[in-house]
Amino acid sequence: MVNAALPHEIEVVERIQESPTIFTLRLRFTDPVQHASFRFEPGQFNMLYLYGVGEVPISIVSDPEDEKLFDHTIRVVGRVTRGLGQLKARDRLGMRGPYGRGWPLKQAEGRDVMVITGGLGCAPVVSVINYVIRRRDKFRRLVIMQGVKHSDDLIWRSQYSQWSKLRDTQVLVAADVGVALWPWHIGRVTELFDQVEIDPSRALIMMCGPQGMMRVAVDHLRRRGVPENHIHLSMERNMHCAVGHCGHCQYGGKFVCQDGPVFPFTEVKDLFGVMGF
Amino acid sequence: MEAGFLPRAGFQALLDALHRAGYRCVGPRVRDGAIVYDMLDEVGALPQGIRDRQGPGQYRLETTASPRFFSWANGPQALKPFLFTPREVMWRSERDARGAIRFSEITPAAEMLAVVGVRACDLAALRLQDRHFLQGRFADPYYAARRKNIFLVAVHCTHPADTCFCASTGDGPRATQDFDIALSELDDGYLVQAGSDKGSTISAQLPLVPATDAQRRDSEQEVQEAARRQTRGLPSRNLRDVLFANLEHPRWENVAERCLSCGNCTSVCPTCFCHGETDETALDDHQSRHVRQWDSCFTQGHSYIHGMTIRADTRMRYRQWLTHKLGSWHDQYGRSGCVGCGRCIAWCPVGIDITEEARAIGGGGGHG
Repeated sequence: MVNAALPHEIEVVERIQESPTIFTLRLRFTDPVQHASFRFEPGQFNMLYLYGVGEVPISIVSDPEDEKLFDHTIRVVGRVTRGLGQLKARDRLGMRGPYGRGWPLKQAEGRDVMVITGGLGCAPVVSVINYVIRRRDKFRRLVIMQGVKHSDDLIWRSQYSQWSKLRDTQVLVAADVGVALWPWHIGRVTELFDQVEIDPSRALIMMCGPQGMMRVAVDHLRRRGVPENHIHLSMERNMHCAVGHCGHCQYGGKFVCQDGPVFPFTEVKDLFGVMGF
Repeated sequence: MEAGFLPRAGFQALLDALHRAGYRCVGPRVRDGAIVYDMLDEVGALPQGIRDRQGPGQYRLETTASPRFFSWANGPQALKPFLFTPREVMWRSERDARGAIRFSEITPAAEMLAVVGVRACDLAALRLQDRHFLQGRFADPYYAARRKNIFLVAVHCTHPADTCFCASTGDGPRATQDFDIALSELDDGYLVQAGSDKGSTISAQLPLVPATDAQRRDSEQEVQEAARRQTRGLPSRNLRDVLFANLEHPRWENVAERCLSCGNCTSVCPTCFCHGETDETALDDHQSRHVRQWDSCFTQGHSYIHGMTIRADTRMRYRQWLTHKLGSWHDQYGRSGCVGCGRCIAWCPVGIDITEEARAIGGGGGHG
């Protein structure tokens, strides 16, 4: 029996500081055979193990066809992520994965793709944006909506400018608080919905971020006529095992680690936004 | 398959046969004022004549003149701790001077363990734990190793406690499957039934005499009577829809005012499976052990995600437990997560009664 609980050794190839509290680790298995057999879908996550401290679930942000490395963009929020942030190139750590259900990218082909994120929970959907841009002909319009609390929180800022210049691509960014030279909207990202240009019947929506923001976004999209089963979102819950055993991420009849983290809205709507679940 | 009748004086032969087959035997013993499963080598250690008196927040043992070994309902443990252990080292990591990390799996020795005195409710719970730990996308190797070599001697329940309601959940009092041997206890001995090949191998070594029709009739009547005597009950229908339609019911607040959020109910529940994983590092920092330990949805940490607790108060935690156990379990495992053992009622320090709360929130209906 394969023990899914056992991590494998990986190493940091490169570490990139994205913002004061966000960093990216570019990683590979120390065993080249293992590395060659590693496959994942955007939206899936790995359990990263920091020696002697513990494991955390982190979504994979790099392209599934990048054979050399896989990337995790991580925000320092606790014990393990703080320690991960101190790793340097050539440091070793543990990893098991990938786990869960990723984004419905095959289903999105031939459709308008709309990506909505809020707060700093942007890494899981940035993988979608990059995936679509690298395979641009397979998709119709690309709409990127990103909300942050403070303009300084927006990482990959130059990328947003570049994306906005691409054909059939619309970038709508908002910060609750903006500083001088902030080129985008000041206020809630959800205030920008009227500017969104999509074909509601042919759009596939992918989003992650605070549940309050996603709730408002879902309401708006429904009013625009987007079918609920075309709205997909990535859920975040406490996870220890990632294999559907430990119970921490149980959400109604689902375990987020295995049945998600990406769900069609129809599968989570009954409890969505209910405090305590 | 009925094998015969074992006079009480021959009970030691069962333990001896299990020992000869290589099993370590555990069975009911009295310890700290409760029936617990512990090492059982000699028949004299069995709780002869002991009865349990259980009620909400209450568990007391009494001595009677009965010659029986199993005239009690249950103790705080079920089979759960033997298979899904309360605390377990899963793997070890070692870091050398150059920073390389090596991971070693620590799988449990597949001990040959025989448990004597298993109840029907606990066998039902075992099926649910099997389903959870073994039959999903990932099988748990720790549970699997222990499960593989367990030998189960069930005893049909003839002395339900006031807290029992297995008849209403359909899980007892008669053990109908998943045992190796099942015993019907009568005043002078046991009707022995083998439920597996290894059970037949053991029963063939016992000093059995042919069973009589009167013994069969008495045994059947006692089990029927045990079902009839149960006064508590859960509605047999699926409570999912009614519970989730009542998430703002005032009763949640009412139960939260009584509940201590201590997690006793989840510890004694034979189907609760939550566990947490942590690392324990050696002082010299060269080695770290990855440990899992039972967790409870009644703790602050259970729903913690970076900086926020999703279930910050007791109302949310009790609601989480009950809506999962009696509601969303149906979606995940095809049935309710409650087998009617009543432990959460007896071992709750303030005597919260799951059947009463379910009735208050989910509407009426007892048996049936």
